[in-house]
Amino acid sequence: MFRNQYDTDVTTWSPAGRLFQVEYAMEAVKQGSAAIGLRSKTHVVLACVNKSTSELSSHQKKIFKVDDHIGVSIAGLTADGRVLSRYMRNECINYSYTYESPLPVGRLVVQLADKAQVCTQRSWKRPYGVGLLVGGLDESGAHLYYNCPSGNYFEYQAFAIGSRSQAAKTYLERKFETFTDSSRDNLVKDALFALRETLQGERLTSSVCTIAVVGVGEAFHILDQETVQGLINEFEIVGEEPAPADETAAPDQGSSAAAQGPSEDVAPMDI
Amino acid sequence: MTKQHANWSPYDNNGGTVVAIAGADYCVIASDTRMSTGYSILTRDYSKIIQLADKSVMASSGFQADVRALQKVLEARHLIYQHQHNKQMSCPAMAQLLSNTLYFKRFFPYYAFNVLGGLDSEGKGCVFTYDAVGSYERVGYSSQGSGSTLITPYLDNQLKSPSPLLLPAKDAVTPLSESEAIDLVKTCFVSATERDIYTGDKLEIVILNASGIRRDYMELRKD
Repeated sequence: MFRNQYDTDVTTWSPAGRLFQVEYAMEAVKQGSAAIGLRSKTHVVLACVNKSTSELSSHQKKIFKVDDHIGVSIAGLTADGRVLSRYMRNECINYSYTYESPLPVGRLVVQLADKAQVCTQRSWKRPYGVGLLVGGLDESGAHLYYNCPSGNYFEYQAFAIGSRSQAAKTYLERKFETFTDSSRDNLVKDALFALRETLQGERLTSSVCTIAVVGVGEAFHILDQETVQGLINEFEIVGEEPAPADETAAPDQGSSAAAQGPSEDVAPMDI
Repeated sequence: MTKQHANWSPYDNNGGTVVAIAGADYCVIASDTRMSTGYSILTRDYSKIIQLADKSVMASSGFQADVRALQKVLEARHLIYQHQHNKQMSCPAMAQLLSNTLYFKRFFPYYAFNVLGGLDSEGKGCVFTYDAVGSYERVGYSSQGSGSTLITPYLDNQLKSPSPLLLPAKDAVTPLSESEAIDLVKTCFVSATERDIYTGDKLEIVILNASGIRRDYMELRKD
C-alpha cells in the first residue's frame, strides 16, 4: 500500500471506508518474526522464531506466561506485546482473586480486543503494533485465539503470524484436521515442523526457536533448550519428513545433523 | 454525657492456636482446626494454614474472614512477583511482604495473628512471628492465638537454646530433629486443648523440608 492523504490519523476514514493507520499496524505484525500456535482437544502449543539483532545480544522474549492456564506468543512490536502481556496477567490475577477460579480464555481475548479497539478510535493514541496468539485451557476445553491490532479476534485450530508465516500456514492447512485428536508430543512435533517451514532452509536448532505448552494437567510452561533440541534431533536423525515433496532433502538433513554435532547450538546464518 | 459506643463490631474472634518451630533443615507449622464464635463451635474442620510459596507456609489465628482476605492478597502479590522475577518468593521476602501488607491497613487492621514458617535461601528453617499490624521478628519458634499463653512458656522451657529469654538466643533454630519437633508440637496442643476452650478437635501439622512439603493430622479432645 502507498502513502495517501487519509493515512495520517487513526481517526480519519478513507473514502473507501478504510482506516489506514490500523492497516499499517497490521503490517507491523507481518514484519515481526514468526509465531505459530496449534491446538488439540487437550493441549495448546505455541512456538516462535527467536531472532536476535546480533550474535552479541540476547533473544527477544516473544512467549509470555499469562497464568497457569494461559500463555501468549507475539509478533510485531515486542514492546507493545510486553505491555499487553502485563495487562493480561493483571486481569487473570484480579479475576482469580474475585472468583477463586481461572479466567476463561474467551473472556480474556474479548477484553484484549476491546482494549485494542480503543486505540483505533482516539486521535491521541496509536493502535498496538503487535499480533497475539493466545493459547489456553478452560472449562470448555483448549483454545487458540489470534488478536489483531484492529481489535478483531478469531479462534483457530492452528495459525501462524509474522514474517514467512505463509509457509507455516500452508503446512498447517495440510495437517490441521489431525490436530484435534493429536497427542501432546505429536502436536509439539507439528509445531516444530511448521516453524521449520518459516526458516526457509535455515537450520532449525533450539537456539533460534522457543516452544511452550499448556494442557490438561500441565500448566503453561516454556520448554527448555535441551528438551527442544532433543525433539529436533529425534525427527531429524530419523529423517522424518512432514511432506512427500521434501523426501530428497531428508537424507541430506540426516547426515548434516550428524556432521554438525558439536556446533549444534550455533545457528549457521549462511546455509 | 458519656461517649456513645458502637452496637456492632466489624470484628469477631474465631479462636484457635497456631505454632511454628524452625529446625536446622526443616520447619514445622501447626494449628488446631476448630473455628468458634463466642461460646459456640462453627466447625471442627477448618484449616488455618496456607502454603503461599514453595518454601513459605503461613498459619493465622484470629478473625478468619480477615485471615482469608489476607491470604488472597498475598497469593495475588506472589503471582505478580513470579511474573516479574521469574522465580518463587523466598521466605524472608514473603515475611517482609506480609509485614507491609498488614501495616498497609494500620488504621483498620486485619484481625489476624500470624506465624510464617519456611526455609530460608540457605535451606535452614525460619519462623517469623507477627502482631496484627505487621510488627515482625525472625525467631526459632513461636505461638499465636487463644492457646499461645499456655504454649509459649512451655516452648521456652523445652527449647532452651533458641529461647529469646537467654537474651540473646544462643541458637537461631532448635537443635531438635524433625520427629522430635513434631512430637513436641503434639504435646503442646494436647496440653493447650485441656485448658483452652477454643483449642481442640483436630491438629494439622505441616512439615517443610528439602524434600518438599507434607501434612500430618492428629485427633484432639472435642470438648
